[in-house]
Amino acid sequence: MKTTIRIYTALVFIFLYLPIAVMVLYSFNSINSTGVFGGFSLRWYRELFRDTETLTALRNTLILAVISSLVATVIGTAAAVGIDKMRKRWVKSVTLAVTNIPMVNPEIVTGVSMMLLFVFGARLVNASGVLGFWTILIAHITFNLPYVILSVLPKLRQIDPHLQEAAQDLGCPPLKSFFLAVFPTILPGVLTGAVMAFTLSLDDFVISYFTSGPEFQTLPIRIFAMTKKRVTPDIYALSTMLFAAILILLIAINVLQARSEKQQSKKKY
Amino acid sequence: MNKRSLGARLAAAPYMVWSVLFVVAPLIMVGYYAITDSTGAFTVANFAQLGTYSDIFIRSIWFSLIATLICLVIAYPIAYTIAMRRERSQRVLVMLVMLPMWMNFLLRTYSWMAILEDTGVINTLIGYFGIKPFHMINTPGAVILGMVYNFLPYMILPIYSVLAKLERSMIEAAQDLGAGRFQVLTKIILPHSMPGIASGLTMVFVPSVSTFYISQKLGGGKFDLIGDTIERQFQTSYNYHLGAAISFVLMILILVCISVLNKFTVDDEGGLLI
Repeated sequence: MKTTIRIYTALVFIFLYLPIAVMVLYSFNSINSTGVFGGFSLRWYRELFRDTETLTALRNTLILAVISSLVATVIGTAAAVGIDKMRKRWVKSVTLAVTNIPMVNPEIVTGVSMMLLFVFGARLVNASGVLGFWTILIAHITFNLPYVILSVLPKLRQIDPHLQEAAQDLGCPPLKSFFLAVFPTILPGVLTGAVMAFTLSLDDFVISYFTSGPEFQTLPIRIFAMTKKRVTPDIYALSTMLFAAILILLIAINVLQARSEKQQSKKKY
Repeated sequence: MNKRSLGARLAAAPYMVWSVLFVVAPLIMVGYYAITDSTGAFTVANFAQLGTYSDIFIRSIWFSLIATLICLVIAYPIAYTIAMRRERSQRVLVMLVMLPMWMNFLLRTYSWMAILEDTGVINTLIGYFGIKPFHMINTPGAVILGMVYNFLPYMILPIYSVLAKLERSMIEAAQDLGAGRFQVLTKIILPHSMPGIASGLTMVFVPSVSTFYISQKLGGGKFDLIGDTIERQFQTSYNYHLGAAISFVLMILILVCISVLNKFTVDDEGGLLI
């Protein structure tokens, strides 16, 4: 029984990692093929660094991810505080229902609906070619917001509601009392939301595809354009490097988390 | 109402304005475009045309249902195995499940194309053993495989998270009361994992039924899905009105599916379980 489960688990993980292994392997291919392996070389990594269009797309993606996650974190955290304090039940449930829309709607519908709004708005003011940096930024902030709100809300529920009031009764101004009494407790939720927003924005293709124009390409859109034709292994080189970056980042986060947990458990005893 | 709570409630105001502008208004736009023609006049022609796409709708639903069920069958034992491990190895295994999702979705799908092709990785490999190449790419099976591959983690993770919360003492109590292995599974473990299963079903079905890249790459354009049809209306034929009508029907379809499953997925706090 035990060995069957082991073999089964191993097979599922092989399935999950097979395409990634193939990509990493063929990124080192010395010939121009994604099927036959001709020998080891760094040729495609060199070519990648000469591909200015891809590098620009990478830069655009990072700019977009930083700005959209920051804006979403600020608006979303404030929204979570407000939602938490809402007294009227129906206002609260309507707001939460609207928050859920971008999460349950298929990405293609979200993308298409925003594209229609932008196109419609542009027609009203007789503008053309509206789709570009600003529209894609609005779209990214919009799909990031629910993830920030839903990771901050549970933290707010853990807080004693009288904490901030007590601080204010002692003469602390509202905003200051928020940052002193409430913010430290919800900070882990805020950070989780920010990281989630950042990675969602980095990785998004479908919504970006419908809300961006030709002059602002992100990396996923560039990859989509490249995979329309026969792909050369340089795109594998790019994804191998991205994968390595993500892997290092995740290991670092995990090690830090484990370390802080260890310290906390030491404090307890 | 005192001043304090007024200030706190105002904190949500920017978000509410944002939501109305960029979540609610776009959905109204979908409805508006679906019932108008290019001059802006009211018409039902867009919906009337949908009949010609019925086989695409049926194919999409059928492929996604198969993919969702395969995901469930593959995912359940894995989620269970992970949940029964010690905490430290649980964390590592969950990470390993999530890691492939951080890799660009287009590239993972493209990589499957390189694996399944007639002159691809699998056929080259088995060629060394003198086995004749299989034809795998551009078949319904390849499209479904792409869906299963891309969305399998969305099934494993929610099931894992409910099973991890399941108290071991409950299983022990059942065993002490004389329940056999099978009874523990059917009376304790399965009923408790229902919210996770329901959540996983929607999280796999929704992206599968609306995908357009997987079918183009692994199906070779021979098996159009709803997503492909919508994408074409917006990116190549520029018939926004028909595209909006198809999107509208897709949205309704998914809303129905979700509301059926919703009674399982809503947890005590009223939030979606993920």
